[in-house]
Amino acid sequence: MEALFATTTGILAASGLYLALRGRTFPVVVGLTLLSYAVNLFLFSTGGLTTDGAAVISDGAGQYADPLPQALVLTAIVIGFAMTAFSVILAMRVRGDVGSDHVNGNRVDEPREDKS
Amino acid sequence: MQHLIILPVLLPLLTGVALLIHRGGALTLRRTANVLSTIALVVVGVLLVAESTDDAIRYYAVGDWQPPFGIILVLDRLSALMVMLTSVLALGSLLYACAGDDEQGSNFHGLFQLQLMGINGAFLTGDLFNLFVFFEVLLIASYALLMHGGGKARTHAGFHYVALNLLGSMLFLIALGILYGTMGTLNMADMSAVVTTLDTADLGLVKAGALLLLIVFGLKAAMLPLYFWLPRAYAAAPAPIAALFAIMTKVGIYSIIRVYTLIFGEQAGPLANLAQPWVWWLGLATLALGAIGVLSARDMRTQVAYLILVSVGTLLAGIGMHSEAALGALLYYLIHTTLVSGGLFLLVDAIAQQRGKAGARIVQSRTLAQPAILGLMFFAGAIAMAGLPPLSGAFGKAMLLQSATTAQQHWLWPILLGSGLASLIALSRTGSTIFWRASGEKTGVTLGPLRVTGTLMLISCAPLMVAFAGPITAFTQATAAQLLDRDAYVESIIARGDTGGDA
Repeated sequence: MEALFATTTGILAASGLYLALRGRTFPVVVGLTLLSYAVNLFLFSTGGLTTDGAAVISDGAGQYADPLPQALVLTAIVIGFAMTAFSVILAMRVRGDVGSDHVNGNRVDEPREDKS
Repeated sequence: MQHLIILPVLLPLLTGVALLIHRGGALTLRRTANVLSTIALVVVGVLLVAESTDDAIRYYAVGDWQPPFGIILVLDRLSALMVMLTSVLALGSLLYACAGDDEQGSNFHGLFQLQLMGINGAFLTGDLFNLFVFFEVLLIASYALLMHGGGKARTHAGFHYVALNLLGSMLFLIALGILYGTMGTLNMADMSAVVTTLDTADLGLVKAGALLLLIVFGLKAAMLPLYFWLPRAYAAAPAPIAALFAIMTKVGIYSIIRVYTLIFGEQAGPLANLAQPWVWWLGLATLALGAIGVLSARDMRTQVAYLILVSVGTLLAGIGMHSEAALGALLYYLIHTTLVSGGLFLLVDAIAQQRGKAGARIVQSRTLAQPAILGLMFFAGAIAMAGLPPLSGAFGKAMLLQSATTAQQHWLWPILLGSGLASLIALSRTGSTIFWRASGEKTGVTLGPLRVTGTLMLISCAPLMVAFAGPITAFTQATAAQLLDRDAYVESIIARGDTGGDA
């Protein structure tokens, strides 16, 4: 399970980082979203991955799931969700104000799209 | 009063929410509420500083959950000082904003208070994850405030600022995850105790997490490879907001000081003083490049933004020098540079409003409507920023230069003094272009009483900090001593844990 979890997180983070470095606002926003998913998964795993662990303290249980990362990741998800919404609106505003969806505000489109 | 510690967070929260709900209310009413709340914050700040002078470290356990399990707010000299500094700066820029800048959007006052809540919370919290939450609160408010009034330059600079800070927040979370996974706690005092008993196998991971944190704080503080967003964002922001943002880089500086003296400080065994060498060299480089930026700026707003970089570089170098004397000196310099650079942002905006089309660009233009008062304030601000005697900048820099060891002197003296010279040349060129090479009739609006009060309040701290240099340096030196006394901090928080704190 650890290997699968680590690979998923890694692929998500790599794709997110690649998209975040793109030149247009839409891929950047999607990239930031993917990155925040990766970070949430990572944060979730910091308490160790347990299966069948008790969530609440009880007499019979010998193994517990660490509750703190769950609380942390919940906070991170809420904040990340709000920030994604904000950055989508902001990207649209940039498109309207600057007249281009390029992060550097280049008015000229890339050459190959110019021809089409 | 035991609940005093949580007031700097609670008061702006309540006022901010009330102002957001009544966003359509009468403007005078909203202004009055905001100013009154900020004045109350100044009073709370002064009380906190007064309370902290007995060297005891107090904490407030939220919901009476005792550390290390609950979230705590910690009051020591440093956090009290920073809270007071924030409130004074906020009052100055708010008075300026009330003269008209706040009319450009209906949420200015509410967001302003939420911004203060985030900043104060970041200074007071004793929990690393809670620090992240308050960072987010202050960032979300700052995103909106940066774009207050709208316009092409603002939205554009705003998108860069938002994207960069989102990446920064993710790095922060990764660092927190690594540190929690290895240390099993996020309470700063508890982490400071745990770091000495780490398993050697975990050392590499902890080190990676700690240095990731440095990247995040460096991004906030505008440390060398991470400062490119700052000049553009600050130059585009509305003047009162840019002035308030002068404290935002100091949030990063504060976090670096706190984390790398308390958790990864002298006593951290193999991880002791992890960040100081990095901060020292990067600080010096920031200082040098900031000075070049000041010289090259062709717009007064950009110039002041680069002056902020110079001060950030100075502060970082001071942290890197890593001694009690240097820490005390840099805290004095921090108070000075926050207030004066905030005042300069306001002043530059006031000047730009009287120059017609030329605006803030450093070119010849018509005569200002009030050359005398603006000129005098610019003169005082420039002298203080460049670090010439007799104003406060010279004092701070002199103390910093004095506290350097011989090896450090070789690097610090030429770079710090050289950057002072560069600032002096650039600012005198700006001043003479604007005030002396102007011609033509006087036009433009004259400055209202609110704008004069706001600007004067911030600029006048330069002479005031010299007049009261004795008590202020005594306080900052005691703060430095308290910061380096890690055991006292840990004991007053962890040991008292089961007997109950100020809850």
